[in-house]
Amino acid sequence: MISDNVLLTLPVLIPMLAGVIAFLIPKKRIVQVVFNVASSFILLVSALMLFCAVHGGDILSITFGGWDAPFGIVFVADILSAAMVLVTAFIAFVATIYAYADIDGRRYRYGFVTFFQFMFCGINGAFLTGDIFNLYVWFEVMLITSFALLSLGNEKIQLYGTLKYIALNLIATVLFLSAIGMLYGATGTLNMADLAIKLPLIEDRFLIDIIAVFFIVAFGIKSAVFPLFFWLPASYHLPPVTVSAIFAGLLTKVGVYALIRIFTLIFTENYDFTQPILLWIAALTMVVGGLSATIQKNTRRILSFHIISQIGYMIMGLALLTAHALAGAVFYIVHHIIVKANLFFISGIMARKAGGFYIGRMGGLYVAAPFLSFLFIIAAFSLAGFPPLSGFWSKFLVVNAGLLAGNGWIVLAALIAGMLTIISMAKIWVECFWKPYPGEQEDFGEGLREQVQAVKSKTSHSYINIVPPYGKAALYVTCALLAAVTISIGLAPSYLVDVADRASIQLMTPSLYIDAVLTTESISVIEALSDGEG
Amino acid sequence: MEFLLCILAGVLVAGATFMMLDRNMVKFLFGIILLSNAANLVIFAGGRVVQGRPAFIPDGAYVPPDDIANALPQALILTAIVIGFGLLSYALVLAYRSYQEIGTVDMDEIGMKRVLGDDQDDLAHVPAENKNQESVK
Repeated sequence: MISDNVLLTLPVLIPMLAGVIAFLIPKKRIVQVVFNVASSFILLVSALMLFCAVHGGDILSITFGGWDAPFGIVFVADILSAAMVLVTAFIAFVATIYAYADIDGRRYRYGFVTFFQFMFCGINGAFLTGDIFNLYVWFEVMLITSFALLSLGNEKIQLYGTLKYIALNLIATVLFLSAIGMLYGATGTLNMADLAIKLPLIEDRFLIDIIAVFFIVAFGIKSAVFPLFFWLPASYHLPPVTVSAIFAGLLTKVGVYALIRIFTLIFTENYDFTQPILLWIAALTMVVGGLSATIQKNTRRILSFHIISQIGYMIMGLALLTAHALAGAVFYIVHHIIVKANLFFISGIMARKAGGFYIGRMGGLYVAAPFLSFLFIIAAFSLAGFPPLSGFWSKFLVVNAGLLAGNGWIVLAALIAGMLTIISMAKIWVECFWKPYPGEQEDFGEGLREQVQAVKSKTSHSYINIVPPYGKAALYVTCALLAAVTISIGLAPSYLVDVADRASIQLMTPSLYIDAVLTTESISVIEALSDGEG
Repeated sequence: MEFLLCILAGVLVAGATFMMLDRNMVKFLFGIILLSNAANLVIFAGGRVVQGRPAFIPDGAYVPPDDIANALPQALILTAIVIGFGLLSYALVLAYRSYQEIGTVDMDEIGMKRVLGDDQDDLAHVPAENKNQESVK
């Protein structure tokens, strides 16, 4: 059996190695595709093994380089981290299948697989690390590869989207860095478990509140909450569908994960100060995101605004900070990653069928592609929260937690946002599926000649590439896999609810995390030293 | 000394904010450079600044004597500088590429160019001959 230490590093190590190897092997499309799928499958297996190792409630941790916990960098896997790594690996795996048909040979030649794998290296590193400066480094790995993936292909429109994406994300990075600097200045440690012990001892609470605000703003930009979300809808609808699907599914959720980790572990003492801020952010994010989605005319832009709206539910779970609410947030994140990635994947097939993302020029898909309509309706209903799909249970858990906590108004905001989701999903349904097709119908075969022309003229947009053999099957298999997961979570939610409950209990009891990272000996030394200083 | 560093960081943030409010992408990126330098100074000040006292622990003691500067923030700054340098050089190259492609660095103008308008990501619907005209323009 593989030892725990190896299990913890594999989710970072596998994509890192895969990224390097992909750079060295021949750049032929088929070689790259096969390698990409294979390495993502190995990642999925390793993530599954990690999840099995911790889902009983143990928290694993390792230190690197022979430096003990408060000084060296640690990796920690509790249920939340392991679950996030597992979902990430699953999305990586299905995305590689979809990318077979969606990403053209030119992008493969210029290193798509390398960037793709390194991005998952960064995401998994961010989920597993137990050191706050190391978290910053993983965020940067994720960020630079996301820049590369956004701009890869060099289309005008992509350059424009990347510029907007870069602008706000660089500011978030700098704020995160300053917050770490101030936190270190105040406590003298970067280890999150150590910070959890030392931060309550700081007398200057005003300073800690300020640092907390820095973290809220920095991670708020990353996770696209209410006043800071403008970069997301400006850029997510421009890159190839595979890229926007993994961005939509995963990147903002890394920000949410960081918020949950920081505010359940480190900033536990200034709850009175942060809770109203987080509650307001949650409510406004849900409603504003939902409202903005209803007026959009581009399928991927509608879905982008829905990401924002759904982030609000997760922040709401964090803001209420009860065991129920956190369990709801964890369930919501898992559900959302799967459904949102699926909706973006489906929008890609819709664009291929109906020739674009602009809903005014689409139509007739219900007649032309009944199976696609079925897949869409599952994902859309799940997003909107219809029983018996996964979205119903996630909304139910969060709303229930809000009522138990006695916060009626935030529940009202959540329900209004849910209704807005239904409205804009119905809008896509009516415009793209029910409305007769406004132009002439085109399919994979018939549109081929025009597509070849478009590729030759070099002004093509990413989705009009030639579909390779069995490409259509690859596209549908991806969406069907994700839809099957949504349905099975919806029909048998008890397992995931159970996992989310246990994850939230771990989050609500920071001492479990601290004990797993620091030895009792070092905890007593830290306490003795802090007493001496005080 | 720390007081001076704080003032300097404040001035840099103010300058950076002013630069970042500009529509010109290059000025914006220069603003980011200033801002990241301000962040580095904040970390530096967080480690406390003292003159002429080496950060060593004397024999038999567990903690260093008072009034020494913590050396770790300086290592953090080095990491941050390297990472920031990588990100910024990518951003600058990207700004240059989009200047080559689109012909302007003004964000508002880029947005107004017809080819990049709100619903333009369905270029597939522009017939082939129009498409070529667009790229010629």
